[in-house]
Amino acid sequence: MRKLLVVLGGLVLLHVALLFARPKGADASPATKRVRVGIVFDLGGRGDKSFNDGAYEGGERAIRELGADVTFIEPGEGSDREPGLRLLAAEGMDLVMGVGFIFTDDLNKLATEYPKTHFAGIDYAISTDSTGKVIPPPPNIAALKFREEEGSFLVGALAALAGGSKKLGFVGGMDSPLIRKFEAGYTAGVKHVCPDCEVIAQYAGVTPIAFRNPSRGKELALSQYQQGVKVIFHASGSTGLGVFEAARSMNALAIGVDADQFREAPGHVLTSMVKGIDAAVYDAIKRAQNGTFAGGIIGFGLAENGVGYVYDANNKAQIPDAVRAKVEALKAEIIAGKIKVPSTT
Amino acid sequence: MSAIDILAQVLRIAVPYLFAAAGGVLSERAGIVALTLEGYLIAGGFGAAVATYYTNQPWVGLLAAPLLGAAIAGIHALATIRYKADQVVSGVAINLLMAGAGAFFLRLMFDSSANSPRIPALGDGLGSGLAATFGQPLVWMAFLALPATWWLLERTAFGLRTRAVGEHPQAATSLGVSVSKIRVTAVLLSGAVTALGGAYLAFDQHKFTDGMSAGRGFIALAAVIFGRWEAPRALVACLLFAAAETLQIRLQGSPLLPSQFVEMIPYVLTIVALAGFVGKSAPPAALGKAEG
Repeated sequence: MRKLLVVLGGLVLLHVALLFARPKGADASPATKRVRVGIVFDLGGRGDKSFNDGAYEGGERAIRELGADVTFIEPGEGSDREPGLRLLAAEGMDLVMGVGFIFTDDLNKLATEYPKTHFAGIDYAISTDSTGKVIPPPPNIAALKFREEEGSFLVGALAALAGGSKKLGFVGGMDSPLIRKFEAGYTAGVKHVCPDCEVIAQYAGVTPIAFRNPSRGKELALSQYQQGVKVIFHASGSTGLGVFEAARSMNALAIGVDADQFREAPGHVLTSMVKGIDAAVYDAIKRAQNGTFAGGIIGFGLAENGVGYVYDANNKAQIPDAVRAKVEALKAEIIAGKIKVPSTT
Repeated sequence: MSAIDILAQVLRIAVPYLFAAAGGVLSERAGIVALTLEGYLIAGGFGAAVATYYTNQPWVGLLAAPLLGAAIAGIHALATIRYKADQVVSGVAINLLMAGAGAFFLRLMFDSSANSPRIPALGDGLGSGLAATFGQPLVWMAFLALPATWWLLERTAFGLRTRAVGEHPQAATSLGVSVSKIRVTAVLLSGAVTALGGAYLAFDQHKFTDGMSAGRGFIALAAVIFGRWEAPRALVACLLFAAAETLQIRLQGSPLLPSQFVEMIPYVLTIVALAGFVGKSAPPAALGKAEG
């Protein structure tokens, strides 16, 4: 028994000692600095055909073009998010990114624990104090914020002009301030071009499961189509795949989100409200590499090409030229600041 | 929107509940806690999607779903009956295993942790009325699942033994009934039937999505308890839960009620009903107890 304890103790000591050992050459800084980046995906992971895949593309591009060293982590359960970030921060990455608003609290916590590491959060939720004043994020966090309401405004106007019904639909995932931004912009866009139009807005739930419940998405969409809606805009992750199924079975239209979702239901996708997540990820890595990374709130709107809508060979036939011209005019007005798009409902 | 559309929606939403509740009644009446229904649903959806994808034949998927469901149920049976593990612990473990396995194998097979590729389904799935709803074979099969369970439990020798094993295993043993054989059979059947509910979810969406069961197995288990472990009552309970969910979908647009409140309706209904309306409900006496 005693022998066993001695052996075990020795092994533990060796293990601890090895933690401090660094492989040869690790200290010598290479001639060209390879920036080391860790990215933790949101629930759903790679292959969600929108959000996480966008971040993955941005990371892959940084590997190709900048020679960056990028590590991806897919949390299995919600509780794995923080350990994922912590693992990357503890490994001394130059930049640690969390993909999704759900990472906000975890990032705040780790940014104070690792003040020398750069952090970036896609859709990082800015908190406000009781008087509504913005509480700035810790100085080593870059909050990559998209002005989804601007892109949603344009697809709302497009849906009202080209949809052929005075009733428009919206299906959100988890009822949260982020998804409300999509709804607010969409509704404003609809009302801007068609004041007497009506928007039916529904949410799949109040927990993150609401982003992965396509059956609920389909039933919500079916009930909206039955009420005379012809176009539904979804902002609901995998739940939205059910909205596309409903559009197929009712021979109606849907609008995709985050990435071009035309391929989910060819012929039934009017357009998609795209977020330049890949560009934002690439941009953050690039700035971490050339040393210009700074914390704070970084906004991506129409002006920065951070959000937009899809108009290409696939959906040209469904969007008349006059509608396209009108939507482009609205886009110019938003960029010029003549239209203020609300971000809350 | 018409009453027929709403009725069709209630029936569609009820489908996975009905299959899972049938599985729940079978397993629990034999004395094995059916916390695993959620895992069986995932197994069924995954099995149906993968088999259909590789063969391009939906009926192969329809056969594969119960096979995979029964296989997963076999693990539960092995742990709880052969090795007398705690049934709740084994159930939680199987649900966790299946939640992870879904994403893992999606990634392995299709390089996506979220979705399988598109698969063909049984029935064309166009429209949303009653006719279109019953055009899907799994819908009417779902409405036969609980009556069939009732017949099996109340009108056959196997059913009599199953109930005996769930109420008083010692008495069953003294009459020469093999408790573990009956229990294993009931659990395997439970996995197979429940998996059909998962297959419906996958065929309805033309793909398997990680996490698509979204807690439906637990709602079904609540329906079993609500129905006092009796198949006909469980059927009513499933329809009630589906109706509550439909109500929630239809009410949500109204500006009067916040969505968080509407979201609560099915759960509040469960608690209210369990607290007073179903009366005193007695689970099978040997539920959760290993034999001997």
